[in-house]
Amino acid sequence: MKAVAMPTVSRVAVCGGTHGNELAGIYLVREMLKKRADGTEPVSVVTVMSNPRAAQLCVRYVETDLNRCFTRAALSAPVSETSPYEMVRSQELNALLGPKASMQAVDLLCDLHNTTANTGLCLITYSDRDWICLHICKHLEMASTPVRYVHFDIPLNEAYSLDSVGKHGFAMEIGPQPHGVVRSVIFSAMQEGVQLMMDWICQFNSGTLFEGGWVDVYTMVKNIDYPRDSETHVITAAVHPDLQDRDFCLLHPGDPMFLCFSGETLRYRGKEALYPFFINEGAYYEKGVALSLARKRRVQIPSVHIY
Amino acid sequence: MSSRTNISCLQEAKRVAIFGGTHGNEMSGITLVNMWIQNSAEIERNGLVIKPFISNPRAVEKCTRYIDTDLNRAFTPENLSAPDVEGLPYEVQRAKEMNRMFGPKGSSDAYDAIFDLHNTTSNMGSTLILESSTDLFNLQMVHYIKKAMAPHTCSVLLNEHPQLKYSTTRSVAKHPIGLEVGPQPQGVLRSNVFEFMRTILKHALDFIELFNSGVEFPPCTVDVFRVQERMDYPRDTNGNITAMVHPHLQDCDWEPLNRGDPMFLTFDGRTVLYEGANTVYPTFINEAAYYEKQQAFMTTCREILAANAIRKACK
Repeated sequence: MKAVAMPTVSRVAVCGGTHGNELAGIYLVREMLKKRADGTEPVSVVTVMSNPRAAQLCVRYVETDLNRCFTRAALSAPVSETSPYEMVRSQELNALLGPKASMQAVDLLCDLHNTTANTGLCLITYSDRDWICLHICKHLEMASTPVRYVHFDIPLNEAYSLDSVGKHGFAMEIGPQPHGVVRSVIFSAMQEGVQLMMDWICQFNSGTLFEGGWVDVYTMVKNIDYPRDSETHVITAAVHPDLQDRDFCLLHPGDPMFLCFSGETLRYRGKEALYPFFINEGAYYEKGVALSLARKRRVQIPSVHIY
Repeated sequence: MSSRTNISCLQEAKRVAIFGGTHGNEMSGITLVNMWIQNSAEIERNGLVIKPFISNPRAVEKCTRYIDTDLNRAFTPENLSAPDVEGLPYEVQRAKEMNRMFGPKGSSDAYDAIFDLHNTTSNMGSTLILESSTDLFNLQMVHYIKKAMAPHTCSVLLNEHPQLKYSTTRSVAKHPIGLEVGPQPQGVLRSNVFEFMRTILKHALDFIELFNSGVEFPPCTVDVFRVQERMDYPRDTNGNITAMVHPHLQDCDWEPLNRGDPMFLTFDGRTVLYEGANTVYPTFINEAAYYEKQQAFMTTCREILAANAIRKACK
């Protein structure tokens, strides 16, 4: 593959508290805000507490999930005093860090998240050919936590999360951590992840050539909901103990998926073995998602350097 | 030598309640109670009236710990005797209502036993929580449950502390028992945690049925952890925490913590050591709901409680 020349990544945003109860990112952003920039940094970093009201209350959101408010439609909808807080906030963040899909947007937006699922460290993004994101992921392979690249195949207009505002962007998701809790190993992993990302950016901007190679990309295929009572819609099973905490372990047709309260085991009925992730994320019960399933493939990435 | 004179004859336990959703985001109890409200076959026992009950339905609806104030701190004498006026916090109204249904607290009309089902983000495993070291019925029940659950461990937490003891939902009953199973994030249902809680309750109800049928339970001892102290996070002048539970302490509920052991890790990487003179056994380590209650963990000391033989009192 031919080497690719790209513009410097000169403006970076690190966002925490997009969900107000995902504490590692909130505390990391608070620490970063304490350290004043002295103007000598090779890259300008803006650090943002995305949803300060939710962070104050230690809840995921106040009125609506902020991280679903960044579609083109949501960003251009008229807002008034009666609009949900997060709809107003997403437009503020778009003005600050975007506008999305324009030349003024920050070069890279890293949005910090935690999950109750046992995902380890993931970079979650909308593109499987964004060489900046893929190279950062490759660089993060030297972190003490294994890293995975997760791809949602959604066009930019419909991309709904904050990270889609930057020219390049990803959610840096680390689990498992309960909401409302900060676990020191998770905080340290996130701190290390952000540090390694910044190291890569500084090296890249100084002219380093990063050799190409291969990255495993997990592309989301579908979500699976809990079995529910047809009348009350109440869940009738829990994630099976054999599947619980086994994010990114291949799920084969016939493998146990749910253990009903009645004692029955429900098995995966798909024809294709897929990789489960976000297994039993607390915030997804209301979204009707017990787990997501992804296909894995190796993606070749070119060497990259600045213009 | 026979100690027939040391058998305590206790009143039959006819009315039992099982509370779920005292905290609206602790999913095992909510799921179990809703299941049993729909179909009570599993919890039925001869001669026993067993009422599964959702304590805080509005909090359950919103999947949040509480609406206005923590229901599990609301059963104070002041709250229970507060006049019925507009503007009372939701949970105070609820406490008064539940005291009418299951109490009155302290009276002979109160329910005999109440099991209050909780989850924690702490790695406490299966824990039974007692409020009295002299409630023989509860001590014998806890002994029975521990034996029945073996080799799975059930720890017993005793909170008889004059300042740290609080007015729980279950305290309206003559024999209050807290069931705390973790670790489980708020808003999440983990199958293993759910099944442990379900099995513990099965054994508890078996015990009550056996007791009511006249079975004599011989003298026993129960290893307990007695609540000593609440330890808060280090905080700055704005009240924000400046450190996290140290990785060496995280998830080590019930394990000894000695002077000089790491306790907290500041956000800038400095270790804070435990300075207490005596070995303690921490619990409720890094419980999400306790950040706002100024508690990183609780210290306990180990104690062995003795219980007389018990038998149902003859009429």
